[in-house]
Amino acid sequence: MLMVWRLLAAVVVVILVGFGAFYAWAWNSEIPPANSSGASFDPGIIAKGAKLAAIGDCAVCHTRAGGKPYAGGFPLETPFGTIYGPNITPDPQTGIGLWSEAAFRRAMRSGVDREGNHLYPAFPYDHFTKATDSDISALYAFLMTREPIPQANRPLALTPPLNWRLFAAGWKLLFLTRGVYQPDPKQSPEWNRGAYLVTGLAHCGACHTPRDTFGAETDDHFGGGMAEGWLAPALNASSPAPVPWNADQIYAYLRNGFADQHGFAAGPMQPVVHSLRNVQDSDLHAIATYISAVSGPQNPAEVDRRTKAALEFARSRDMTVSPKPSVEPATTGSAATRQASPGAAIFAGACASCHHSGGALPISRPISLGLSTPVNEPDPTNLIRIVLGGIHPLPGDRGPIMPGFAGALTDRQIASLVSYVRSQFSGQPAWPDADDVVTKLRQSTPPPMEAP
Amino acid sequence: MIVLNINGNPQQVDADPRTPLLYVLRNDLKLNAAKFGCGLGQCGACTVLVDHEPVFSCLLPISVLEGRYIRTVEGLGSADKPGPVQRAFIEEQAAQCGYCSAGMMMRAQGLLEHNASPTDAQIRDYMATNLCRCGTQMRILRAVRRAAQAMTASLEPVQEASK
Repeated sequence: MLMVWRLLAAVVVVILVGFGAFYAWAWNSEIPPANSSGASFDPGIIAKGAKLAAIGDCAVCHTRAGGKPYAGGFPLETPFGTIYGPNITPDPQTGIGLWSEAAFRRAMRSGVDREGNHLYPAFPYDHFTKATDSDISALYAFLMTREPIPQANRPLALTPPLNWRLFAAGWKLLFLTRGVYQPDPKQSPEWNRGAYLVTGLAHCGACHTPRDTFGAETDDHFGGGMAEGWLAPALNASSPAPVPWNADQIYAYLRNGFADQHGFAAGPMQPVVHSLRNVQDSDLHAIATYISAVSGPQNPAEVDRRTKAALEFARSRDMTVSPKPSVEPATTGSAATRQASPGAAIFAGACASCHHSGGALPISRPISLGLSTPVNEPDPTNLIRIVLGGIHPLPGDRGPIMPGFAGALTDRQIASLVSYVRSQFSGQPAWPDADDVVTKLRQSTPPPMEAP
Repeated sequence: MIVLNINGNPQQVDADPRTPLLYVLRNDLKLNAAKFGCGLGQCGACTVLVDHEPVFSCLLPISVLEGRYIRTVEGLGSADKPGPVQRAFIEEQAAQCGYCSAGMMMRAQGLLEHNASPTDAQIRDYMATNLCRCGTQMRILRAVRRAAQAMTASLEPVQEASK
């Protein structure tokens, strides 16, 4: 009996010591407030910081809809609750006006705020830890010279007990690998520049890499993830794009929001492209070089064959659509069965005037749907989101307009439309769950306008 | 044969089910308020209401409309007895060439059915899909505000009586 008690006591001591050690490891001291107001920075450094902030797209998570830039309030939905991006303008009371550069660097590298609190990994310090000292200094100079906006931060709405910040420390113990990006000497300087930006400040993997149950990115780098309820498609060898991406297409997509073999940027990628406007060409080319290499070593002949096959398939499927009521549909075979479906009638009346080859849209013409990633993805989420809400340029931006059909079509009609589009324009198996996904997404989409 | 409920009247239509509603309204039913502008969902001249939601009738095949409640400007009132939105557009002279007016009025009607007293920002946001090339936007905004006031005022006695 005594043995049992001794054993239990030993276990308790081990747990206490372990927790004490963890607590000591997790404890961070406050960094004294610095009076940064009126601090002067080299204009060249500020300009460099502005470009880095554009690559990192800091403004997206740190600006609420209709709010002042960087003053915080954006609701980032996570499986663990909602996190509101904080105010990172140099306001001393509500922003980061009292943060020294050392405090800012600690936040970027270790996810700890000036007062010593652990920050949740919704702030992607697992990527930002790779940034160089000089880049972090430039970002600091840029943020400290923004207009200070007094705007109090919204408290986080995390599922208890995750609101206990020590959980963030535990997460770091398990998943955070600190360290500045180390160039790969076997690769070109451009590849290394791209890898540094993509895996660091641009944090592309935060959306495009799947996450495990703890919210950490898995080892399936760029294997496809979620962003604000949209699929962030895989960028690696399992990319659903019919035509394999190459560096030229990636560059065009990031520069103009449009690539002629892949289509227009939509959903959460729109603000990313908008932000990248402030980034110089050389950095976008570097990013494109690295991303195009992510899908692994490519056999040029094989890429060429897949490209030609995808273009030919898309063209052939365009030919079998009957675009206008006056044109008789195909009368035999599986094409005839497709054209007789309710989805085909909806496509002919609602979509074909723009999406059929030879469609009348004079500018911003859509690509052939056979080349579209949302049509070829294993999950119908993105296509249904686009049908429900359409595509609209960001306020003040130019860009294509596709009207949303949420008010015009019922759930059942949208499900039969996307099922038809899938069977007509992709060589992929049918989506078994289109009905359920439409219902789910419509419930999570706010109604067009309700009384205040 | 498809039966459409238009402005409360069941209408038998003998047309290809893929035909967009706009062509049926104008060519088959002679309801000429809704206009063909671009045919691509970019301008809003063809806007009508389906189950209280403004939609582009140029991009809506009649196959999806059986059993749904379709309204056009003809259902808002007549030249002799204009409805509140029509009256507000007349009083504010919210048109120059008038080509966009039918779509504008239907979208305004849809807005006010969802939100009886919208803010200026909400009006601008909601009306943004409908274009006017003549530059009467400020008058249209005033007309929507006027219609909102008129409709709210006309509701008040009813609310009083129901108390």
